[in-house]
Amino acid sequence: MTKPRLRSLFDDPRILGLLLVVPAMLAILGVVLFPMFNSLWLSLQQHDLSRPQENAFIWFRNYIDLLQDPRYLNSLQATFKFSLFSVLIELTLGVAIAITLNQNFRGRGFVRGLMILPWAMPSIVNAAMWKWIYNADYGALNALLSQLHIISNYRIWLAEPVTAMTLIILANVWKETPFTVILALAALQTIPDDLYEASRVDGATEWQTFLRITLPLIMPVLMIAGLLQFIWGFQTFELIFIVTGGGPFSSTEMTNLRVYATTFRSLRFGYGAAMAYLTSLIIFIPAVVYIRTAYRKVVEA
Amino acid sequence: MPRLLKRFFLYLAVTGIIVWTIAPYIWLIISSFSVKIDLLTVPLRWIPSRLTLENYYSLFFMRGSESVNARLFIHSLGNSAFISMTTMFICLVLGVLAAYAIARLRFKGSNLMVFVMMATQLVPPIVLVVPMYVIMRQFDLLDKRAGLIIVDISIVLPLVIWLMRGYFASIPSELEDAARIDGCTHLGALVRVILPLSGPGLVSVMIFAFIAAWNEYLYAFIFTNVDAKTLPVLIGEFSTKLGLEYLRIAAAGVLASLPPVILALVFQRFIIRGLTAGAIK
Repeated sequence: MTKPRLRSLFDDPRILGLLLVVPAMLAILGVVLFPMFNSLWLSLQQHDLSRPQENAFIWFRNYIDLLQDPRYLNSLQATFKFSLFSVLIELTLGVAIAITLNQNFRGRGFVRGLMILPWAMPSIVNAAMWKWIYNADYGALNALLSQLHIISNYRIWLAEPVTAMTLIILANVWKETPFTVILALAALQTIPDDLYEASRVDGATEWQTFLRITLPLIMPVLMIAGLLQFIWGFQTFELIFIVTGGGPFSSTEMTNLRVYATTFRSLRFGYGAAMAYLTSLIIFIPAVVYIRTAYRKVVEA
Repeated sequence: MPRLLKRFFLYLAVTGIIVWTIAPYIWLIISSFSVKIDLLTVPLRWIPSRLTLENYYSLFFMRGSESVNARLFIHSLGNSAFISMTTMFICLVLGVLAAYAIARLRFKGSNLMVFVMMATQLVPPIVLVVPMYVIMRQFDLLDKRAGLIIVDISIVLPLVIWLMRGYFASIPSELEDAARIDGCTHLGALVRVILPLSGPGLVSVMIFAFIAAWNEYLYAFIFTNVDAKTLPVLIGEFSTKLGLEYLRIAAAGVLASLPPVILALVFQRFIIRGLTAGAIK
């Protein structure tokens, strides 16, 4: 008699559901939630591995210090610059490429498939690849520009703050734009042909059609793509770590590099945790506001 | 005339897109098969005078003082393969069960669980790195493959659950109801009815999981040192320490990028469906 009862007990959706979800929840929450609170606790302490005798609970001192730390503020500015320009270029370029690939031409499927290549590439290989291309003595960038007579002498691109920033944005754009292209293409394919037909009958120019029909209809998707890429921009680590190492003169030193150096080089764990937390809050608040307005716009439309 | 001109500009734009997308990667591949002297000439010759496998050979069979590097390369290649495959399989099993429960079984708190799981995706890895390091040191998991697998699971699993949940929801529940009437349990229906219909979903989830684990850098960089070092970490080290050995780095980079790139190109339909599943409904 016990067997069927046991069986029906395990087949009860309320119990079975919980049983099936718990292992996954443990794996995710154990690794994410606990460290998250641990990190918050750590950020309220002075916790230097090099000076353990001075460890103490110091409330918000780390955060107050951070707001007056010129090197941190500089890294915040660099991160904003990097993420903002990356997103703007990725969205513009992504929409342009998606619209082109949405036309009829030979080999369309093949070219669309190619878009997946930069996306699939390991980001560390992307970093090593661009570092090699930007190499001052033997890099392909110098060779190309001088053979096209755009520059007369080889330049040390990564030694100048503005060009260094421009070039890591370029490397980031190369890898991340295909994501926008893939999303925008999928959105373009959901627009019914009748709409374009109607607009042509009304005598609208192609530019007007783009502004009044295409753009508004793919906007919700673009906003999601833009938000994700802005967040990913803030999380960029290996690209900068490998290509510029934060230089020259800290001009490309993003917050993630600062956190890494503070924690694992200077061994100031408390200050590093506070830095990571403050940066996350700074990005989290606009993200929430943005999601809410984006959601409202989608609902209204 | 305007129509012809338009075609011309379209093909021009398409050519531009192709060149922009593949040129950097092609250059990496060309470099990896080149001899140094061809790449050091000014003006640079884009087509090398001869091709060589020397850069690849040296990764696997370095002799003398370099043999340490060769052993490291083979070792970290093995680590990467082992860690990403194991992560993939564990995530597949846990993810399918959890996704099925969330998609089909009504139980208390299921919505909250989905929300919490998704919210963890917004936490930047850098926030977790510092406390994780402290915890892993306590449990003696630093520089252990098991340690990195646990961390990788927490990145990959939410993605797997999200994609599988959507896939299960698209399978009509009548099929399952019929199996239930015939006396199947929920789990029996999952194994006998739902899973056989979910082939494409499972494939796309496996590829996503594998690529995410294979490409992961930050955690592997912080949490491994020698024993559990993965290929991305080794390439990072090569390119900060090896100085002038660009060609060997290029060869290592090509090898590291081949599994994800080939998988993604072969299964592109699955990937594109997966990528757009979250953003477009």
